[in-house]
Amino acid sequence: MADCGAADGPVKKDDIVRAKNEGKELTKEEKQRLRKEKKHQKKQKDEKRPSERAKEKKPVAPSQPVATQPPTQKAPTVLPASAPIPVPASGAPSHSSPAPSPADKPAKSRAEQKAERRARQDADRASKQQSCFSSSKTKAPPSELNPVVKRLPEHVQVDDPAVVKRLAKKLERQQIPLRSDYGYKVSLFSHLHQYSRKAPLTQQLSIPSTVIHPSIVRLGLQYSQGIVVGSNARSVALLHAFKQVIRDYTTPPNEELARDLVNKLKPYISFLNQCRPLSASMGNAIKYIKKEISNIPSQFKEEEAKTKLQKCIDCYINENVVLAAKAISKYAIKKISDGDVILVYGCSSLVNHILCEAYDKSRKFRVIVVDSRPRLEGREALRRLVQRGISCTYVLISALSYILPEVSKVFLGAHALLANGYVMSRVGTSQIALVARTFNVPVLVCCETYKFCERVQTDSFVSNELDDPDDLMVTRKGKTQLENWHDVSSLGLLNLVYDVTPPDFVDLVITDLGMIPCTSVPVVLRVKNLEQ
Amino acid sequence: MTEIVRNTSRKKDFLVEYFRTQMRTDPDMASAVAAIRTLLEFLRRDKGETILGLRESLKWATDCLTEVDSSVAVSSGGELFLRFISLTSLEHQDLSRCKKVMEERGELFLEKISLSRTKVAKLCHTFIKDGAKILTHSSSRVVLRVLEKAAAEKKRFTVYVTESQPDTAGKQMADALRRLNVPVTVVLDAAVGYVLEKVDLVIVGAEGVVESGGIINKIGTYQMAVCSKAHNKPFYVVAESFKFVRLYPLNQQDVPDRFKYKADTLRTVSDLSDEHPMIDYTPPSLITLLFTDLGVLTPSAVSDELIKLYL
Repeated sequence: MADCGAADGPVKKDDIVRAKNEGKELTKEEKQRLRKEKKHQKKQKDEKRPSERAKEKKPVAPSQPVATQPPTQKAPTVLPASAPIPVPASGAPSHSSPAPSPADKPAKSRAEQKAERRARQDADRASKQQSCFSSSKTKAPPSELNPVVKRLPEHVQVDDPAVVKRLAKKLERQQIPLRSDYGYKVSLFSHLHQYSRKAPLTQQLSIPSTVIHPSIVRLGLQYSQGIVVGSNARSVALLHAFKQVIRDYTTPPNEELARDLVNKLKPYISFLNQCRPLSASMGNAIKYIKKEISNIPSQFKEEEAKTKLQKCIDCYINENVVLAAKAISKYAIKKISDGDVILVYGCSSLVNHILCEAYDKSRKFRVIVVDSRPRLEGREALRRLVQRGISCTYVLISALSYILPEVSKVFLGAHALLANGYVMSRVGTSQIALVARTFNVPVLVCCETYKFCERVQTDSFVSNELDDPDDLMVTRKGKTQLENWHDVSSLGLLNLVYDVTPPDFVDLVITDLGMIPCTSVPVVLRVKNLEQ
Repeated sequence: MTEIVRNTSRKKDFLVEYFRTQMRTDPDMASAVAAIRTLLEFLRRDKGETILGLRESLKWATDCLTEVDSSVAVSSGGELFLRFISLTSLEHQDLSRCKKVMEERGELFLEKISLSRTKVAKLCHTFIKDGAKILTHSSSRVVLRVLEKAAAEKKRFTVYVTESQPDTAGKQMADALRRLNVPVTVVLDAAVGYVLEKVDLVIVGAEGVVESGGIINKIGTYQMAVCSKAHNKPFYVVAESFKFVRLYPLNQQDVPDRFKYKADTLRTVSDLSDEHPMIDYTPPSLITLLFTDLGVLTPSAVSDELIKLYL
């Protein structure tokens, strides 16, 4: 990797450009070369430090503390750790160090430049070690000292141009097309993405077919068009698509399945993130798969490894979705007594399952389904329950305080349960919990443990999802209100997808481990971590 | 077949008799402790052949005892006892050795819980300041122990006790406190709201502590908790750890009937809606702190402790 000199630079660049245009997957060498060229160009523009150009050609110095210094110029997760990354991280200290670089002319010979560079790196390293704790620069030192610095995810920093640029570079490297935002965003939520659903994704973006597996493309389309909705459905669909990917996977020569497969999955995950931001359940599923893949012992043959992985995925789905639903129904049925009037909101697969099971066990109850625009998911829940024979009432969320005096219990589903006990669910859930609390109606949240996540959030602004604002347009009697909302400069349409409910409004959480109060979520997370 | 029936009824009689004797000999002992002593004695005399059989018969014995005394503590104590003794590795080949291990664990458990009241008293008495006015409900031996300890520490305090109908248990508490030379006043159950502006803190015992962190206690406790919340007075609960039970009531109706009424009532009366319940449920939002032998806990920490105890 160290042999790219300036002379063969332009030739290789043509090759790379050609390869990209043909949609062929770049080999690792080409990708690294591309990155180096870009860096090269950037540094050329940087007039203050002309010497940086020389750094491009340096070989990997084995004694450099490469791993600890994060490459501040590239996104962290892309390249495999195994490849010898010629990290120009030494570029970072010299960027941050105020010392003026000596006037290095490109006319100096290679050897002299190398020697100079190494001397400078040693000096920087020495000075760094001395002034470790007193460094005023915030970029390099904190990450050096504390490798566990948590960065904000990129999808909640859309209004920060540096982050957007970083994301764009990462996607370009993975050859995933970047999806552009649509329409005017309300200023309070301008840090989130807002995509349009008018045209299907394949018409908006050109997806290189050799880079992304077709089942993942299909999955992405299903997510973006809203064909697959619901936390459970999305993670199960994701796992099935991954099974297909694993089935079609062949280890390239000189590669280890454990590492290469994980790297193959990374662009898929970026792509799916572009189609629709990942849910907490999907995130946990992906973590599980990555762990399983990297734990494949190297002596396994390819076929063995693939069957093992597929079995792991089936096991995960079975334990965490199917059996968990059965366990939760068992506990929930204890809380449903004869004569109950149960309120449900939207369409939660788990709550529907519980109600159907309770009906099959001959509990006498009736259900009130609350629904809200623009998704009107309650209609689907209503259809399923009525088909079973359960007597239902259907209201819109504006009639909530009218029907609540009749209700004896509220059953809610959850998208995720956060570590501080807050419940993240479809927008409108916190409203229902709030009004139910005022009427002293018990609120029960049903959630499988694989949806528990370590995140902490106290409001619905920080991390959320913005849906297509055109969904809010409604056509009645031939007239479409808000048809020309783009023309009104002071008008913004906001279509939120999720909201968070504080634990004081929730009386009980039913999980597959049992019935717990909302504040005990960190205990469950701790128990699960111990098990792993 | 009749042999087995006769055997079981004889065993049951023995159980009940032993339990009643225990309660009689030491009136200060908690009913749960008496139940556990009975279970231990039952274990010693059991002639089962398998570990599973042993466990089944212990469960059956606990159910029998619950029929005699339907308090929550008896059932929770029995279940915890069973879990504690089976928590060790019962891998020995010889059944008698396994039984011995279980008996030893049982005695250890008994020893631990007999010390629990002292531990609770040691934790709680520091919260009673000199000159404090305390309100308590009905008759609780744990609260009595706490007040004894506080009095022994030379603190001066006055106590208001509710009469606690229908069995006027509050009067017994008042007598016990008078013997300690603590100034005590008996108030009507209806006068709780009236008296609350004078008191500094409220301490009650519990018959059971549920998973949500709430408590099950003599009827009238919920009222007291709501009033003290309205007056912003701290509401403390003192309970031993064997009272932790795996129930999760959502409201008053959700508490199972077998705990609400006395055992005799459950047996004799057909229509329970005419009967007056003996206990009520206080939700965790009204409780400030719980003093247990596991430490001083907030209501949300109870679930954590329960998970440790039961899982």
